Amino acid sequence: MNLFRNVVFVAAVAGLVAGVVLACLQAYATVPLILKAEVYEQAGGGRHHDHAAAPAASNDAVSTVAPAGNAMSSAAPATAEVTAPAEEDEGWAPADGVERFAFSVVANVVTGIGFALVLVAVSEFAGGVGNWRQGVFWGLAGFAVFTLAPGLGLQPELPAMPAADLLARQIWWTATAAATAIGLGLIVFRRSLPLTILAVLLIVAPHIVGAPQPDSFETPIPEGLHHQFVVAVTITNLVFWLVLGAVVGVVRRRFTGTATGLRDSFA
Amino acid sequence: MTTASVSLGASVSSQSRFLQLALAALLGMFVVGFVGFSHIDAVHNAAHDYRHSMAFPCH
Repeated sequence: MNLFRNVVFVAAVAGLVAGVVLACLQAYATVPLILKAEVYEQAGGGRHHDHAAAPAASNDAVSTVAPAGNAMSSAAPATAEVTAPAEEDEGWAPADGVERFAFSVVANVVTGIGFALVLVAVSEFAGGVGNWRQGVFWGLAGFAVFTLAPGLGLQPELPAMPAADLLARQIWWTATAAATAIGLGLIVFRRSLPLTILAVLLIVAPHIVGAPQPDSFETPIPEGLHHQFVVAVTITNLVFWLVLGAVVGVVRRRFTGTATGLRDSFA
Repeated sequence: MTTASVSLGASVSSQSRFLQLALAALLGMFVVGFVGFSHIDAVHNAAHDYRHSMAFPCH
């Protein structure tokens, strides 16, 4: 299991670095917007983070306030009645402030290592990431697969924004990422016209099927805030993937480059 | 692109190589799936800001 151990080691270093970078970027760029959105959400009746019953309920609420246009103030009382009970089944949550940030950092690092494991393992099949520059390209691919493609159909959303059934969205998200990854792989590594056409079809198909959308897009969140959030999420993710790929390239090069007998140094 | 022959464990057999890489990729997907997609309330709440910031389907 030497290869496995080495992959895990490279992924752990890269995931740690990129995860910490991303957590810092988020603290600056995305989390303040989430906190702002939660003010609107709370004005609309508690943090309804358990949304099992919310889609139907908020549709009712929305229909009653729809004529009110942008008015968050008038939307608030109506949603309050419907969603308030949801607060009870929320379960444990980290306290706001340091604890909440700490859990975000942990989540970033853990999933950073997870994404890095996928990136390193897949790139090893293709010969491995040779240096930081190749790593940047692998990072771009990761960005396209895990942020860009799913984000086209399912835009980054703030709390209190309406959304379709959670499981349906998760399935669409996963399928879109998988189809995009396979498509990109076919284009880059197969060098054949029919397979490239198939790849384009694979990449396009999830968007023809279409992501699950909510019945109504009515939300107390201002359009400008949401737009800012979409930009912040996309850009922070881009930086994350570029850093992740580059660090994989650097660490892996140190790994394979320090010994003279390159290929057997870790086997 | 000259490093194609240099890998993290080139002398292992190709079957074992495939298994180990597949295992690593699966482990990575499991980790991301658990933190980002799990329906357990406590996991969701702990990683709440992260999920929103990664544009994972949330709520």
